[in-house]
Amino acid sequence: MKCRVCRGPAVIDLPAHNANFCVEHFVAFCRSQVAKAIHEFRMLAPDDRVLVAVSGGKDSLALWDILLDLGYEADGFVIGLGIGEYSETSTAYARSFAEARGAKLIEVDLRADHGFDVPTAAAETKRPACSACGLSKRHLFDRAALEGGHAAVATGHNLDDEAAVLFGNTLRWNTEYLARQRPILPERDGFPRKIKPLVRLGEREMAAYCVVRGIDYIVEECPMAAGNKHLTYKDALNLVELESPGSKHAFYHQFLRRAADSFDAETTAHDGNRCSRCDAPSANEICAFCALVERCAPPAEVPIDLRARSSR
Amino acid sequence: MLVHLRNPSRDVEVAGPIRIQRLLDDLGINRESVIVIRDGELVPGDAKLPDDADIEIRPVISGGAA
Repeated sequence: MKCRVCRGPAVIDLPAHNANFCVEHFVAFCRSQVAKAIHEFRMLAPDDRVLVAVSGGKDSLALWDILLDLGYEADGFVIGLGIGEYSETSTAYARSFAEARGAKLIEVDLRADHGFDVPTAAAETKRPACSACGLSKRHLFDRAALEGGHAAVATGHNLDDEAAVLFGNTLRWNTEYLARQRPILPERDGFPRKIKPLVRLGEREMAAYCVVRGIDYIVEECPMAAGNKHLTYKDALNLVELESPGSKHAFYHQFLRRAADSFDAETTAHDGNRCSRCDAPSANEICAFCALVERCAPPAEVPIDLRARSSR
Repeated sequence: MLVHLRNPSRDVEVAGPIRIQRLLDDLGINRESVIVIRDGELVPGDAKLPDDADIEIRPVISGGAA
């Protein structure tokens, strides 16, 4: 197996691109795919500061690495989710990467800073942990980007992630979700710009990129994500990809090119209201994150004399 | 040959020499969902692994298993 560029020994084959690459040209390929996505979807101007949502996993660390190498001023932002050893290890990988690259990492801890963690929220709301986790991440990423003066929040969603979400939304024709499934969501109504620069690269490429770049990441999956139906969609799409390389890319990128505009009318406009507690955009008087904080807050301390009286 | 698998973490013994694709087929693993690592380096898809190899088959799907 020879590298498509230099004809030296290849370390990875990419059937979707009908190409094999050596380490040097594989890294160059990944960078070029990110640069192409940024250019194609007008995600960033050259001097934009960007906040990378870092989890300690392969995608977000690879994205951070590539953005830095492309010359962007990219800060990392990691949230301590309180999921036991998994969260501690994930944050440690983010710190280690930041230190090695001399990059700035901003840290927030759900328990220390907001009085709850993801397992507590899941128990209190009786909803899947991913729901409270996603809600908290979106809120805190948005707030950090606005406070930090970053032009955009960059997330590590890759082609497999986006194709799987598209597959699920198409199966059920969730048109409002289809309308929002873009690699860039412009800044609006108090929300920062959101970008997904990895939409031209799959999970296999991102894992391989981390290995060849010597980036340590958490391989173990979140213990609270078991049963996530997107995993089933990914498995299904990978069976198709095995038989027909390039299918995931065609499915997602042809959707963007040929169909995404058809769902624009389904987008719900935000009415401009603000959360009375944190001032974040919110359709209700208090936003979903502040409502979650309140719901998970420990009950107020009962005065000792009242406790004594009520126990009689 | 010792093969390390993840999620859940476990080891299996496989007779070598064997090509990567044949190994993945025998283990019922879709090559789209994993990378193969030996001594910290990627192993290309057409490589033949010797009987004394010690490799990791690492899942790449978030939440996936191999």
